[in-house]
Amino acid sequence: MVGTKVEEPTQIQREATVVPPRLEVAEERRGGDEDFESLPSQISVRNLDFFYGKEQALFDNEIEIKKNRVTAVIGPSGCGKSTHIRTYNRIFNLYRDQRATGEVMMDGVNLLSSQTDLLDLRRRVGMIFQKPSPFPMTVFDNVAYGLRQHYRLSRSELSDRVEHALKRSAIWDEVKAKLNEPGNALSGGQQQRLCIARAIAAEPEVLLMDEPCSAIDPVATAKIEELVLDLKSRYTIVLVTHNMQQAARVSDYTAFFFQGHIIEFGPTTQIFSNPAKKQTEEYITGRFG
Amino acid sequence: MRHLQREIDRLKRKILGLGALVEDSLRLAFQAIDQRDPAKARRVIEADHVIDQNEVDVEEDCLKILALYQPVASDLRFVAAVIKINSELERIGDLASNIAERALQLTDEHPVPVPHVLSTMADRTQCILERALDALVRQDAVGARQVLVADDEIDVLYARLIEDLKDIIREDPDHLDAIVLLFSVARYLERLADHATNIAEDVLYMVEGEIYRHQTPDTPEELFRVGGSDSGGGVD
Repeated sequence: MVGTKVEEPTQIQREATVVPPRLEVAEERRGGDEDFESLPSQISVRNLDFFYGKEQALFDNEIEIKKNRVTAVIGPSGCGKSTHIRTYNRIFNLYRDQRATGEVMMDGVNLLSSQTDLLDLRRRVGMIFQKPSPFPMTVFDNVAYGLRQHYRLSRSELSDRVEHALKRSAIWDEVKAKLNEPGNALSGGQQQRLCIARAIAAEPEVLLMDEPCSAIDPVATAKIEELVLDLKSRYTIVLVTHNMQQAARVSDYTAFFFQGHIIEFGPTTQIFSNPAKKQTEEYITGRFG
Repeated sequence: MRHLQREIDRLKRKILGLGALVEDSLRLAFQAIDQRDPAKARRVIEADHVIDQNEVDVEEDCLKILALYQPVASDLRFVAAVIKINSELERIGDLASNIAERALQLTDEHPVPVPHVLSTMADRTQCILERALDALVRQDAVGARQVLVADDEIDVLYARLIEDLKDIIREDPDHLDAIVLLFSVARYLERLADHATNIAEDVLYMVEGEIYRHQTPDTPEELFRVGGSDSGGGVD
């Protein structure tokens, strides 16, 4: 085509050839939008079996609890949800005849090993129970109690850490004028946040929450859920819940337990929109049994 | 039975009822063209109002279910798909009504024979809609995929019809106005098939949990390979 003049594209033609970038809208990141395998694990569970006396309650559980993520544990009553998470801080050791075998690995160490320092483990893996359980002492002492167990702190350091924990638990404004009043004089929702403050004062790495909202009203529940979302940037959270919507709202990953087995584990968005297993589908849609 | 299941069953009956209304309208609209029957055309135009009311009713039911029951998994996908299918059906109803309006206008024109390809296109379009609604009733992914393939056939027929209509105008320019009306009927049918295809895509999402819109497999075989070959849904 010698001698043919090549025409320059017009402005409109040039613009038409530019592929517009995909619309990016900032959104809260949730499990399913990220590469699960590349995320660091906080706790890796392998071949975990659990026995109440001779009765086996957990069968060959395997799960990866990812660091700084919320993992929800759902399933019908008696399926082993609470039993499972109670192995993470060995709280089952408080009872005779309860026994776990297998691996619950954290930082390369099997927490089920007899070498594990249980006091230190329970500082690293804090627990919040179904029923708010403040100690029969003042608001301040409730939070300071754990700190006194684990650290030697001056009075002012102790005050600072208590205040910090109460602020991080989104309850400081409500109790700052009541620090010397009994903890159990607070409302149910406040008591639960006080318990969260008590757990996080000891600077744990993991927070286990065993149905933390089942005994409190919807407004207090909403506050705890907001708190869970705030706390996950600092802690790894494992949340046992009977409330499907709660699991869907706050968790990144969801594990469905049934009769001591982990039936399905995956990103919460996937579990609640298109679960892979029939039993999961039947449970979350209420068609169970 | 669970409350939610009852609501979902009711919603299913309503969306199928709406589908049947729309199918009737489309059949009647094309009969009005073919038979130059203004009475049938008027019935279609009047029925559009009923279709619109039903669309609003179905949408309200969907919103109620979402608000009151917060469905998840297959229930959630069902309600989400119904919201979309509902709009597609309403648009199909509008297009049937547009075809009926052209039928009325045609009765004022000198009679021209309806080209054979246009009749075939109308038959195929009705068949596609019927199969898309069947796939919805049966939650049938294979049937839904067949609809996606069949839409290509409509596009081929449409291109052929345009050429035929051009030939008719060249041979007999006196009937230009009537042929232009048939052009727009063909255009409506082509769009209608696209809406039926969207319904099939929504059914695929409902059954398999994956969004198929804007995916253009190179071959029908590839389409049937995507997402498995049976309608087992997202459960094992």
